[in-house]
Amino acid sequence: MTPPIIYASAGAAVLCLGLFGFLAARHVLRRILALNVMGSGVFMMLVALAARTDPPDPIPHALVLTGIVVAVCVTALALALLTRMCRDEGSALLPEDRDIE
Amino acid sequence: MTQESWMEGTLAAPLLGAVLALIAGRSAASAIGILTALVGSAASIGLAFAVSRGGSFRYAVGGWGAPLGIDLRVDALAAVMLAMTGVVGLCISVYAVGYFRGKEAEAASSRTNTGPAWLFWPMWLMLWGGMNALYLSGDLFNIYVALEVVGISGIGLIALAGGSAIAAALRYLLLGLAGSLLYIVGVELLYAGYATLDLEQLRQRIDAQPSTWLAAALMTAGLLAKSALFPLHFWLPPAHGHALAPVSAALSALVVKTGFYLLVRLWLDVFAALGTEHVTTFLGALGAAAVLWGGVQALQQERLKMMVAYSTVAQIGYLFMLFPLASMSGSLTGALLLAVSHAMSKAALFMCAGSVLAVYGHDRIQSLQGFGALMPMTAAAFALSSISLIGLPPSGGFAGKWMLLSAALAGGAWWWAAIIVLGGLLTAAYLLRVLAFAFLEPVVASSTRAPRAMELTSLILAGMAIAMNFALLPLHDLLHAGGAR
Repeated sequence: MTPPIIYASAGAAVLCLGLFGFLAARHVLRRILALNVMGSGVFMMLVALAARTDPPDPIPHALVLTGIVVAVCVTALALALLTRMCRDEGSALLPEDRDIE
Repeated sequence: MTQESWMEGTLAAPLLGAVLALIAGRSAASAIGILTALVGSAASIGLAFAVSRGGSFRYAVGGWGAPLGIDLRVDALAAVMLAMTGVVGLCISVYAVGYFRGKEAEAASSRTNTGPAWLFWPMWLMLWGGMNALYLSGDLFNIYVALEVVGISGIGLIALAGGSAIAAALRYLLLGLAGSLLYIVGVELLYAGYATLDLEQLRQRIDAQPSTWLAAALMTAGLLAKSALFPLHFWLPPAHGHALAPVSAALSALVVKTGFYLLVRLWLDVFAALGTEHVTTFLGALGAAAVLWGGVQALQQERLKMMVAYSTVAQIGYLFMLFPLASMSGSLTGALLLAVSHAMSKAALFMCAGSVLAVYGHDRIQSLQGFGALMPMTAAAFALSSISLIGLPPSGGFAGKWMLLSAALAGGAWWWAAIIVLGGLLTAAYLLRVLAFAFLEPVVASSTRAPRAMELTSLILAGMAIAMNFALLPLHDLLHAGGAR
């Protein structure tokens, strides 16, 4: 087991954990967090991918940077929409999940 | 003008316009929006002509070139999508001017606040720029970025409507984000295997490794969620049904085509060497299920906008029936013609729904008696777009379905042909149900009129959907001259 393989497997595990959280959670904030966990797994895999060669491959690094910017933007938008929904409708669950409460 | 400058204009005009509209603010946003729409659509049509004359070409941004740089490229398939976006986008922009002027007048008379309606312009132009970037991208990661630009601006546009649209926007965001994460994991696996992100290089290097199949499956799942193919369609009707009319038109006519375009690009081109017969059959089967399910759901809707939104679920299904038929000649032309005429007629239908909402104050189908007498232009637009959506001759919808139908019969695949015909009957049932109300005696004499710009643009778009009947041969020639594959 070389370090890149270990990191890549750990990244894949984090990704699967996040995916499970996204599918299992009902509270929208938890789902947003789960998506961010998924994103971290993806970035970790990309960094591990870059480390297979010496010196490291710069392209995956560039992808991670872009990915982080996108993730920050989308998370901010999601949180803004969630606050608005909470204020207007008094619930942090999507309408289809509310009666299960 | 060189080929490259048409491409630069297509990409830069909407992005620049979006930034300018944001800086200019409330007073000048709509003027900048219309100007940008004119320039952007002219550039994309110019680009389509350039491709039809000179064939496909690549453009190394900044002179770097793949694999280090990010190449833009355009071929006939991309050129058709770009021209479609340009023409329909211009009409949506004109409609939006009338729409928001009407809203402002209404708000002024009832002294309510419409909210920051001018924000429509920067977000709509950004959405347009994102779609153009997506069609011009020749590289997997650039496509991801373009998908996110389209997603973020689309979500912002849905949320403009407020109320129950907020939850719909949030649902769309969560699913879209999960979809793009799955897509990016797929991209990562492909890069690990083939050390390139460029579509052209990938197509040459690809082979049937297990990791390649995993990558393809993840990317496909992500893109299916984004293109709302059955059974991942559930987010679409509330999002498209609750948004403001010009937003619904843009999302339903144009944005859903982006996922379809990428899947065509991947499965009929990049992944073609994998031996993809069972995958294309699977995509076609999902499409067939979408045609039937969307049609049945549309038939049961009580609100006009929700019905039109479910109709989109069904019509996306038609496009995916291209996949199993792709080896038959003429099927790609047929599916693209269907996509373009659907963009026109669906935009027109959502515009009609917006005009009806402006006059009646509601869109309950049961209470729309006599809308033909009150708003003849809208009723005519509704009827013409229905003809194209159902697939009655002469119309773009007819020519497209005819090509798909003959491809299915030529291949002996009568079951696909049966679904195409059955779906047409369902479409006729739910659209004619609404149209029947147009001819009844009006119950209430409404004094409000929809702004002329709104009614006229919907009629023009519907007319274009009919005229697409005669675009079959030019489109066929373009796809063969411009090297779609």
